[in-house]
Amino acid sequence: MGAGSAAGAALPAEHVRVSRLTRLLESEKLLASVLLVPGLAILLIFIAYPFVMALWYSLTSIRVGDPGQFVGLANFTKAWNDTIFQTAFKNTVFYTFWATIFKLALGMWLALLLNRTFRFKRIIRASMLLPFIVPTVLSAFAWRWMFDPTFSVMNWVLYHSGVITDRLPFLSDGDWAMWCAVLVNTWRGMPFFAITLLAGLQTISPDLHEAAALDGANAWNRFWHVTWPLLLPVTLVVVVFSVIQTFSDFQLIYVLTGGGPANSTHLIATYAYQVGVASGLLGEGAALSLFMFPVLFAVVWIQLRFMKRMEGA
Amino acid sequence: MLIERKWKKWLYFYLPMAVFILFTLFPFYWMAVTALRPDHELYRTWRQASATPFWTLEPTLEHFRGLLQTTAFPKWLWNTMLIALVSTVISLICGMFAGYALARLKFRGSEFLGTAIFVTYLVPQTLLFIPLADIIRDLHLGNTPWALMLTYPTFLIPFCTWLLMGYFKTIPKELEECARIDGATRFGAMVRIIFPVAIPGILSAGIFAFTLSWNEFIYALIFMSSADLKTVPVGVVSELIRGDIFFWGQLMAGALLGSIPVALVYSFFVEYYVTGLTGSVKG
Amino acid sequence: MANVTIRNLNKKYDGGFHAVKDVNLEIRDKEFMVLVGPSGCGKTTTLRMVAGLEEITSGEILIGAEVVNDLPPMDRNIAMVFQNYALYPHKSVYQNMAFGLQMRKYPKHEIEKRVREAAEILGIESLLERKPRQLSGGQRQRVAVGRAIVRHPEVFLFDEPLSNLDAMLRVQMRVELKRLHERLETTAIYVTHDQVEAMTLGDRVVVMKDGWVQQVGEPLELYGKPLNRFVAGFIGSPAMNFVDVTVSDSSGVLWADADGLRLKVPPQLVERVRAHAGKRIAIGVRPEALHLASGSDLPEYSFDTAVDVVEPLGNEILVNFRAGGAPMVARVDPAVRLKARQNIRVALDPERVHFFDDKSGAAI
Repeated sequence: MGAGSAAGAALPAEHVRVSRLTRLLESEKLLASVLLVPGLAILLIFIAYPFVMALWYSLTSIRVGDPGQFVGLANFTKAWNDTIFQTAFKNTVFYTFWATIFKLALGMWLALLLNRTFRFKRIIRASMLLPFIVPTVLSAFAWRWMFDPTFSVMNWVLYHSGVITDRLPFLSDGDWAMWCAVLVNTWRGMPFFAITLLAGLQTISPDLHEAAALDGANAWNRFWHVTWPLLLPVTLVVVVFSVIQTFSDFQLIYVLTGGGPANSTHLIATYAYQVGVASGLLGEGAALSLFMFPVLFAVVWIQLRFMKRMEGA
Repeated sequence: MLIERKWKKWLYFYLPMAVFILFTLFPFYWMAVTALRPDHELYRTWRQASATPFWTLEPTLEHFRGLLQTTAFPKWLWNTMLIALVSTVISLICGMFAGYALARLKFRGSEFLGTAIFVTYLVPQTLLFIPLADIIRDLHLGNTPWALMLTYPTFLIPFCTWLLMGYFKTIPKELEECARIDGATRFGAMVRIIFPVAIPGILSAGIFAFTLSWNEFIYALIFMSSADLKTVPVGVVSELIRGDIFFWGQLMAGALLGSIPVALVYSFFVEYYVTGLTGSVKG
Repeated sequence: MANVTIRNLNKKYDGGFHAVKDVNLEIRDKEFMVLVGPSGCGKTTTLRMVAGLEEITSGEILIGAEVVNDLPPMDRNIAMVFQNYALYPHKSVYQNMAFGLQMRKYPKHEIEKRVREAAEILGIESLLERKPRQLSGGQRQRVAVGRAIVRHPEVFLFDEPLSNLDAMLRVQMRVELKRLHERLETTAIYVTHDQVEAMTLGDRVVVMKDGWVQQVGEPLELYGKPLNRFVAGFIGSPAMNFVDVTVSDSSGVLWADADGLRLKVPPQLVERVRAHAGKRIAIGVRPEALHLASGSDLPEYSFDTAVDVVEPLGNEILVNFRAGGAPMVARVDPAVRLKARQNIRVALDPERVHFFDDKSGAAI
């Protein structure tokens, strides 16, 4: 029976000794359910259930300390006609659109730069991630300080180098403030794009670039015909994540402007917070935040369809 | 490698790289300079001339001292750390289990469940915070660390599950088949063979989860009311701004100290993070 | 030690694909049984069902006297060597080999003894502390085998274990596996798509195609008496030559005719071929049953053709030509000098001619 044991003293069949419970888990279905239960329980209690509750709240006049009553779509029509909400909605679209464009363009550029070999590559690559890692609230304070109306370092530099004669109204003007928010969001999100795209770039064989170069393609052509198409799946994933994060953003505006001046820089989320939490109008707040849902749903739907198509190909 | 001329390298590589580095790191530099400046130097308006605009001749630790002595900042740091760690561990365990089940086990509805978990990742906190506050109160979790330890996993589990599912799929099936023939149960093969092999993926999911928890703001803002129980981001916002007055020195000192732990975690594991991400991108 | 019995085994996948169809096999104790066939023939699926890695749709598998259909792999007392070796990358060679014994709660000294013993047999004592990624392909292969033999299992299962090795190493490992089996005397089931491996290793060989067992037999039996055209064509390299012919009966003598080719049906087959008179059948001749005709060869077993391509292999020459509308290969003496387009006369050995039914492919 055994290696070397030529005598071959036949041992009895050796079975593994394990408890009956673990043996039950040999069934794929049973094991799968056991493994999925903890995660699903948390997601059901803290996502699915509150989501349903949000739907219910949005249809009632509930406020803090008052269960309210069913009001149908009144909260939604009120929000629809609310000029602050209209501004907030426009701001959210503006903010998401421009921030995503900048993050993608700059992130791609940075990824291409980081994909080359150069000295101190590791430390530079690691430090480039800092804006993404550091809590948004904290870094947004640094930006707010740099944008400060009286003490702004940027105004100081521009004034003393003679570029401006009067200070720039970074956060004190609604339009300026929205662009500032786009800038800070880009600063924060760009590293995530860069590092994810970099991971994607590293899976592309250098042979392809060399082959394209031999075929006479210049750097731009090589990017457009080799890198970009191969990177497209990864790019779409990061863009979708980023669109969702940016569209539902809260912290950055909360710290940078708090929605001001004169409610001109609210995003849907910050306005919903102001109405739902600060003023205690839970029903109206829930309705406001639900306005995000159709947009997010569309993005997710497109993403899922795209993933199906990729799997099919 | 493709060869290029020197001036081209300067124009297309060094110059943009330098701009990127300046853009990325200047806010942190400014944070540090501000935290070390004495107040009289700090509050100099944009018109005033200054001999040392970008550094200080009188570095001081008064803001750090003030932060640590007059506020509950050390307590906030500890809370944030604890909450981030616990919710990361919970999410990793759930994510490893669910990711394994979705990657490897055949059962009805697995595809649907995978999609459902993925979709929950895309439901932002800002859509749920109003009813969630009520649920937390009904469960008597309000103003306890558990309110955050249990709700943070809602945005961490889907992420961990998907990243790890991708990673598990890159591990050859034969490894666990061999382990099962060697005498391991399915569960045993998962724990003893697949999980150890997946450590790079697990670490990168863990790092990501940890930083996301450290970063979280809106749940912490709404669920925690006593000053002693706050996390760093919330504490800094609510305790270092009194009325209209911003204590910029202390704010920046707090921002700096609050950033260091995550930055450290990251710098140690950035390589794992990139490989983990690459694994899941490939998968 | 055990025999393995497979009864009416079927495997249907959820998508409806029927991978294994009514397989019946009796693998004797200590036998080295090889399953061979083209990819997708069901050989690996059959092996995986014996291992317990794949659910059985219908039928029975017995190891010894015990029906193992519902036993998880850990309870089957088998060991398996995988194509990609499946070494645990985070464990050292020693830990890899010890893992199965640890799972079965063997005492430490016994594990140590068995691992050393197996390492010695395989010549990998010096590698015990290394991690799999520090090993060459051949060394990994040995560790994978070592991991199987420390267990002293009742049955060894091999799933194309040599196909990731380069050609030289493959030949060397083939010999070692055979020697190992002779030494350990354990029942083994070995899956491969390489008919040379099947012939050299197997005590008996099972040829499979499209989920069906085509033929079971000792290597020389498969080679000499293939039951159908598929087995005849699959076993042997270069493959058997086939020509479609029509049988005609001219006053009691049977002739096989094809385009430009007329051969007499050899006497030992006349009785069986007669039933096919007037029909199309296939004639099969192995390359080594063909030779360049000399004066002693009968004209009814010879034909004229022209050389197409010559492949000089050193110990023999393969001559490619066309006859009866089909490409053919003959294996001839290396001393003969031949050129492309040269006219030659080829004779066949009437004792070694096969006939196959045109439709079913069954040997006549």
